[in-house]
Amino acid sequence: MSDPKIEGYEFKPGYSGMAQDTASDQTMFKGVHWGKAMMWIFLLSDTFIFSCFLISYMKGRGSTTVEWPNPSEVFGLHVFGVDVPLLLIAIMTFVLITSSGTMALAVKYGYEKNRKMCGWLILATAIGGLTFVGMQAFEWSKLIHEGVRPWENPFGAPQFGSFFFMITGFHGTHVSIGVIFLFIYAYKTFAGHYDERKRGWFTSMKGDYVEIEILGLYWHFVDLVWVFIFAFFYLW
Amino acid sequence: MSEDFKNNKEIHAQSSETISGGTGGSAPDLDYVRPAEVSDQDLYHGHSFITKWVFCQDAKIIGIQYFCLATFTGIIGLILSWLMRLQLGFPEAAGFMTAEHYYQFVTMHGMIMVVYFLTALFLGGFGNYLIPLMVGARDMVFPYLNMVSFWSFFVAVLVLLASFFVPGGPTGSGWTLYPPQAILEGTPGSGMGIILMCVSLILFVAGFTMGGLNYLITVLQARTRGMTLMRMPLTVWGIFTATVLAMLAFPALLVGSLMMMLDKLLGTSFFMPTILKAGEVLEYGGGSPILFQHLFWFFGHPEVYIVALPAFGIISDLISVHSRKNIFGYRMMVWAIVGIGALSFFVWAHHMYVSGMNPWFGFFFATTTLIIAVPTAMKVYNWILTLWRGNIRMNTVMLWCLGFIVTFVNGGITGIFLGNVSVDVPLSDTYFVIAHFHMVMGIAPLMVIMGAVYHWFPLVTGKFLSEKLGKWHFWTTFLGAYSIYFPMHYLGFIGVPRRYFEMYDSPYMTSAVGMNEFISLAAFLVGAAQFILIFNIIKSLKTGKAAGKNPWQANSLEWLTPIVPPEHGNWGDRLPVVHRWAYDYSVPGAKEDFITQTTAPSEVTDTKVEKT
Repeated sequence: MSDPKIEGYEFKPGYSGMAQDTASDQTMFKGVHWGKAMMWIFLLSDTFIFSCFLISYMKGRGSTTVEWPNPSEVFGLHVFGVDVPLLLIAIMTFVLITSSGTMALAVKYGYEKNRKMCGWLILATAIGGLTFVGMQAFEWSKLIHEGVRPWENPFGAPQFGSFFFMITGFHGTHVSIGVIFLFIYAYKTFAGHYDERKRGWFTSMKGDYVEIEILGLYWHFVDLVWVFIFAFFYLW
Repeated sequence: MSEDFKNNKEIHAQSSETISGGTGGSAPDLDYVRPAEVSDQDLYHGHSFITKWVFCQDAKIIGIQYFCLATFTGIIGLILSWLMRLQLGFPEAAGFMTAEHYYQFVTMHGMIMVVYFLTALFLGGFGNYLIPLMVGARDMVFPYLNMVSFWSFFVAVLVLLASFFVPGGPTGSGWTLYPPQAILEGTPGSGMGIILMCVSLILFVAGFTMGGLNYLITVLQARTRGMTLMRMPLTVWGIFTATVLAMLAFPALLVGSLMMMLDKLLGTSFFMPTILKAGEVLEYGGGSPILFQHLFWFFGHPEVYIVALPAFGIISDLISVHSRKNIFGYRMMVWAIVGIGALSFFVWAHHMYVSGMNPWFGFFFATTTLIIAVPTAMKVYNWILTLWRGNIRMNTVMLWCLGFIVTFVNGGITGIFLGNVSVDVPLSDTYFVIAHFHMVMGIAPLMVIMGAVYHWFPLVTGKFLSEKLGKWHFWTTFLGAYSIYFPMHYLGFIGVPRRYFEMYDSPYMTSAVGMNEFISLAAFLVGAAQFILIFNIIKSLKTGKAAGKNPWQANSLEWLTPIVPPEHGNWGDRLPVVHRWAYDYSVPGAKEDFITQTTAPSEVTDTKVEKT
């Protein structure tokens, strides 16, 4: 990627140049929209939240006296007479990662001012997210049906249920919030709010296609966090 | 809708304004500042009482709202400390107070003062008011989010105070809220009290995150032309770094609060080991109480610097202005702030030496703790060197500054004692610890707040505060605070434990009784002295001397607005252009002893200004 063009500003080469660019006046990140910078910093903060959750989970799992249940069995599905481990999770992960792809395409078409294409892709992303949340609800109800609760667990350590419901629940909340915003943004795109630079309902700031990229950042982050949850919960 | 935005003028051709003289010669233009990268900020101007004063999107009003609400909760914290001191000094006069009450007051006093008073006041109050003005922005970058931030804080305070009125009262588990006792029967407020505390903290963190994003992006992306990072006043550096810490430390508090709430409400056992109660095993089991301590202190220690760094920044500016000298070692000061901020994430377990840990672990945390003393000491030396041979104005602001330095050094030195494992273990949970942290992060930042109030009151209201009342306020607070906390070091050395409701017939009784009475009397006096300030503010608002523009002859941008007190949008038609740092005081060759940040280089060619 090349540097953005800033009128009257020349980027300086090398590491010391990078330091000078960083410390220069007006902006630290040249040409970066305020909202975009904000989302990055918010995501950094959110990373710390999820890190705290996952580290607590590792600590809890490491120090429990009762044996931890085997994830391949607990999360397995019985389909067509065969036990398939992690089947549901594999599909969930696939759906969520795919929705990241449609989101990225939506951002591209947004910047190309291709309103229709952008809108449909946001809608596809939202439906992907909704599918994910739906499958998570299915998984939750299956586990609850089998007797797993936040405070107890027939397969082993009760902390398994506690951490599972808390962390996937917290992540699922993130996905759900994202889905709500995706639907709103799909509506705004189809209605042409970004083309007309219509003012937002709450913030009364002018609309811009960059908002889609900002939501995209959030969406990719939520997907990335899922990869970690997937690795730590289902593969460990 | 369009009338809401009527004051948004078209963007001016700002790049031409600094081309001076129009000579068009080959010499490089001395005053050239490159054009603005982003167009002027689009602001929402409220025009009803509600949008102007209640759900207001102007960072300055939000700052004042934060300031007033934080002060209100701070007064509640103060009253709680009076009640505690009444019990400790004159137990016979405090017959209405049970041990449960005492623990609840200790807890609420601690939590209110650290989170809802100091953090909210420094970041929400001073941050909101000063950041946009000092970096030359029209407002915070996301005014709507900023408004929501304050109202989240408001709800958080309501929930916190509501816990006084629920069955069982507020939580009495100490401000650290350690499980398992925090949520077990027998601890006061282990029912609704602790739940409301956790909810309130979660709301506070959510609200703070919204505000914090604003402070960070305003500093990073919305500075005015010519305002480089190394020209920012140290106040902005302090608040900025503290906000970074808060954004990374509060998540741990959020997670800890959430998990404890689940332990209480759903019966999970994140923090709860197997517990025997009256011979019966409780339903909990398998959790780790130490995990909560790690989460809490991973927040808790950076929290100390979230309070201290803005104080460091503000005091640097006050000392520089009122001793008419540039701050000594500006760059060193900046790097010290950043360094302290970074190090503060690697010291948290020094609060847990007595929890039991691998000796190497304690050794590591003792080492990192002592390393923090290096940048901190650098800052203290630089403050003193700034004062050295300065043209010191002995006004109230300067008195608070000097009071701060002395108190901070005092509290800092006892911190070096407590940072060492072998010294900390016997002193842990004694009054020595109380004396240490009240000196270093209670009284010292409070002195900065007071100095800052006397310094910026003319900017916010256009009136001076009364110097006479200010001096009474300072001397009572300063001498009184020393009367409270100096003897506490001694109490700690003779082994008086903290958080005890009563000493009963312990051997400490003999020498500690008289001292406790003395401390309590001093505490009543110091607390009462704070009302001098409130009286001073009310009186000065009515009859105070008019301050006019830039009454302290300061350099930084907040004093240079076209209208004082600054109006919404801060800068009128055109944003200021910055040519230098904020510390060109007493420059040799200059006509006056200050050169403002907006003074063009061509106007001061004969002077020896610093190259910044």
